[in-house]
Parts: sequence; structure tokens; C-alpha cells
Amino acid sequence: MNRLERPANADAPRRHIPKDVLYFKAIGYPLVFLFAILCLIPFLIVIGSSFTSETYIIRNGYSFWPKEWSFESYKTIFQSPMAIIRAYGVTIFVTVVGTALSVFLNTMAGYVLQRRDFEWRNKLSFFYFFTTLFSGGLMPWYILCVKYLNLKDSIWAMILPGLVSVWNILLVKGFMAGVPFEMTEAAKIDGAGDFSIFLKLIWPLSKPVVATIGLFTALIYWNDWYNSMLFINNDHLYSLQYQLYKLINDAKELRKIAEESGIVVDTMPIESMKMALTVVVTGPIVLLYPFVQRYFIKGLTLGAVKG
Amino acid sequence: MIKVKTKKKQGFFQKLFRYKTLLLMLLPSAVLVVIFSYLPIGGLVMAFKRFNYADGIFGSPWVGLDNFKFFFASGKALSVTRNTALYNLAFIIVNTVLEIAIAIILSEMAGKRLKKLAQSAIFLPYFISWVIVGSIAYSLLSYETGTLNGMLEGMGLNRVNFYGESGWWPLIIVAFSAWKGVGYGVVVYLASILGVDPALHEAAAIDGANIFQRIRYITLPGILPTAITLILLALGKIFRGNLDMFYQLVGQNGMLFGKTDVIDTYVFRMTIAATDVGQTVAIGFYQSILCFITILIANWIVKKKDENYSLF
Repeated sequence: MNRLERPANADAPRRHIPKDVLYFKAIGYPLVFLFAILCLIPFLIVIGSSFTSETYIIRNGYSFWPKEWSFESYKTIFQSPMAIIRAYGVTIFVTVVGTALSVFLNTMAGYVLQRRDFEWRNKLSFFYFFTTLFSGGLMPWYILCVKYLNLKDSIWAMILPGLVSVWNILLVKGFMAGVPFEMTEAAKIDGAGDFSIFLKLIWPLSKPVVATIGLFTALIYWNDWYNSMLFINNDHLYSLQYQLYKLINDAKELRKIAEESGIVVDTMPIESMKMALTVVVTGPIVLLYPFVQRYFIKGLTLGAVKG
Repeated sequence: MIKVKTKKKQGFFQKLFRYKTLLLMLLPSAVLVVIFSYLPIGGLVMAFKRFNYADGIFGSPWVGLDNFKFFFASGKALSVTRNTALYNLAFIIVNTVLEIAIAIILSEMAGKRLKKLAQSAIFLPYFISWVIVGSIAYSLLSYETGTLNGMLEGMGLNRVNFYGESGWWPLIIVAFSAWKGVGYGVVVYLASILGVDPALHEAAAIDGANIFQRIRYITLPGILPTAITLILLALGKIFRGNLDMFYQLVGQNGMLFGKTDVIDTYVFRMTIAATDVGQTVAIGFYQSILCFITILIANWIVKKKDENYSLF
């Protein structure tokens, strides 16, 4: 991206910036930075509030900077961390297994569907593509999963439904179609089978697209709460996001019960705990963000340009 | 090209044999697609039945179009369909304008580090889950402890009970949709802007065009095809509500449903409650048909404009 920097700006001598550019910057820069700051502020409020004492929050509400520092919320969470640790375990398992399987299946399908010597490729591509145009809706899908596939309270309920992504298959198909077909032909003449051509020849050449769909798939699995909510009643199998959703709502419930039965709510730092829990769940994504961001940008560009 | 190569026409079974490895490689994903996508389509027969678990899908009695009639007679059909379409229209307009404006400003930004920093900040919300966004929304909007309510009070205004008044929610939902989604669009439009030939800008600058003229006559026309395609594809999904977002921001808060209920949240609640299976399936069917028709129309228009960008 940097190499293609617009020369018009670079050429302009630093000393006298033309008036139009000055106006543009005077309007544009504050706009962009305002939006950028608005994107960050909510994170700061969550982090700040998680370190604020409960009594201060009750009196003054959430704020960016803790005026009364307190680690009470984190202490309470780490006194009984099993729920969070288990949820992390579930989500890590689901993300790793789901992403690995999904990338393998989708790249393999994408490869086959672009093979020029495969006469049924267009018909079969449509067989996949049609599912993005028309669906049976939530209810039949739900009944199928629960009644016929017995996915209720199974960890596979969070893995199987998301395995095949038609968009990823199409992305892979588009990318692999750009790999010269002569390579496949040459390997065939050397006696290589279709599967080993895919695995040993084409796959290594397709690293960018593999990395892209891998990252996007992993993000979807990591952020999933929906399948947990639909299929999981056993709280040992809650995914991380669903556990957070539950805890925030349970805290609400707790508070209600406490108020109804006349107990003083102070004993549990509920409001700051909500924010501390959010921090504990968001942490890894924000920490990984600087490292994975550029791969996402690359991937997005890949998808956007190839269509 | 295959026609040239073929020596003689092969029969179906000969091809089946020739393609056996390739077909085996497709098999796992094809089976999953059949199970998770095609079988539920078959389940749509339930839309025409009074479903009960004892008789199952096939044994339950037929009721014709009754399920659809109930849905339309209840008045819910019109309100959730309208909400879905209006929200999506607002998202398309607000997000597209912000995405293009920010992408153009970023592309003209001189300081590399500053530009990267701004882009990183704007892209960050894309990565977090809607559950976390829901929690963030609560930290801003809660009546007693919300930062926004604290600020309102600080300015001598009254606190607003956001979670009890539906009037504010169209604004809140559009704002959060932009907050989470604009970063993604900015990346796409930045890529599109970089695809514009820099020589055009140089030539225009030499001819004395100012920066606004260059944007107006070079950058904007350059990204127009991308913009039109993205907008049309978004229009194709205008009857599909983002359940992730609506459910995590609004949840089961019945006081807000009037202004926030979209088809997907309505179906989701009915599915979880499982009180009227037939009607729930019927609503899903209705939505699928709406979506199918709009995507066909959108694709037809894209295809007419530029064959390369069409979906099929």
C-alpha cells in the first residue's frame, strides 16, 4: 500500500502548502480523527470503569478514568474463574478445530470447482451457490439440528453449521483459477493423483488465500454466541461470548433479586464486574489486533479486487 | 476448450469413474451443504401445516395458507418488514458516505504513521463480537450508570431512559452499525482508491486542478464501480436483518420492539419460544422469498452495468 503513495503530495514542497490542500486538511483531518477517537472511546470507558470502585460507579456512573481505583471487580472474577476459563477452553477448541476443518474443506472444494478439465464444475458450483440465494429459514434448520442431528448440548453444534462457507469457496476458486493450469497437467502426466496435486502443489501456492479465509473463519468462530444460545444448555459448554452474555444478564438478575429481597447490593461489585468481564473477554482480540490487522487488510483487498 | 480436446463423448458413468477423486474431494462439503442448507429448504412444507411434535413434519395436518394469513393479519408482517428495510437503507446510506469520505481523506493524508494509526482505530471495532458491543452500549446508555447519561446530567439536562424509550433506538442502532462496520468499508474503498491510476492525479495537478477538483473528477469516478456494486449487493440483502446486532443491542427488551423489531429478531424469538412452529416457518419462508427476489433484481442490475461484478 505504501509503495503506491500518491506522488502528488510527495512532490509538493513542504514550505508552502497550497491553499486548497490546507482547506482539505483543515476539514478532513479533524473529521477522520474525531471518528477514530469515537471508535476508541468506548473501549477506554470499559477499561476505566473496570478499575473503578463500585460505589463510585453507582454514584457517578461509568467513566474513562478511574477517580477511585479498585481491583475489587477483577478480584471477584479471579476468585471463581472456572466459568471463564472453561469458556475460553471451549472457544479455543471450537475455533481451532472449526477453522482447520473449514479451511481444509473449503479450499478443497474451491480447487475442484475451478479445475478446467472438470466438466461438471459449473453445475456443481451453482449447487453450492444457490444456498446463498435461498434458504429454509431458521426454524426448519433448528428442528433439523435438534431433532434429527441431536446437536443439542454437543460441542459440534458450534462447529458443524459454520464449516462450509460458500463465499470462502468462491474466493478460493477465484484465486486458484489464477494458478496456471499447466502445473496441474504436468503433475498429472508425472502420475500424481488429484488429491496430492491439490495438497502438495496447489495448496502451498495458495498461502495468501488460505491465510485469508483462515483468519476470517477463526474470527467468526471466536465471536460466535448464537449457536451456543440456540443449542447449549449445559453451562460447561458455553462459548466465551455466550458466557459473557450470560454473566452480564445474570448479574442483572442477581441485582434484581438482591433488590427485591432487600439485600444490600454493595457486597458484589456488579457494575464494575460487567466491565471487567468485558475486558477479560476482549483482551486477546485487542492484543492480537496489531499483528493480524495487516493480514485482514490484505485479505479484504484480495476479496474486493477479485470480486 | 474441452470440446477441442475430447476424443469421443463419454457416458455419465465413464465420467463418474474419471472424476472419482475430484468428486470424493467435494463430497464432505457437499454433504454438509445438503444437510445444513438443502434439507431445511425441504422443511418449508411445515409452513403449510399445523405442526405438532407428535405427528412430526410429515404427519402434521395441512392448513393451506393459514400460517401466512395469521402473520399478515396480525399486522406484525408490515411492521417488521418495514423496520428491516428502513434500517438497512439507513445503514447503506450512512455507512457508505462515511466509508468513502474517510477513505478519501486517509488516501490524501501525508503522514504515514498518523494515517496508519487512524485506520487501525477505525478498523478495531470490526473485530469484537456483538456481545461486547452490547456491553459497551450498556456502559454508555444505562440510566443510572451510563457515561452518556452522566454527560447529559453534567450539562444540566435530564437523564434519558434509553432502555425504556424506543424513540432513540433508530439513531442508536444506526450509530453502532456505523461504529462497527465503517472500518471494513474504509479498507475496501482505500484499496479501490489505490487502484486509480496515479498518473491521472499528476496530470490534473499539472493542469492546475485543486485537491477538491481532483477528488470530484478523478477519485470519485474511479471508485464509482466499486461503490455501485457494494451498494447494489447491500440492497439485495435489504430484507435480511442483522440478528447479531439487533439481538445484542436490544435483546428481549419488549419496550423497544416497536421501533427495533426486524424480521430476523421476530423469527428468532418465535423459534426459541417454539409456540407456533408452522407460523414461524411461514415467516421464514416469506423472508426467503423477499430476499431471493431482491437479490435477483440487484444482480440483474449489476450485470447490466458491468458483467464482471455480477454474482452469477
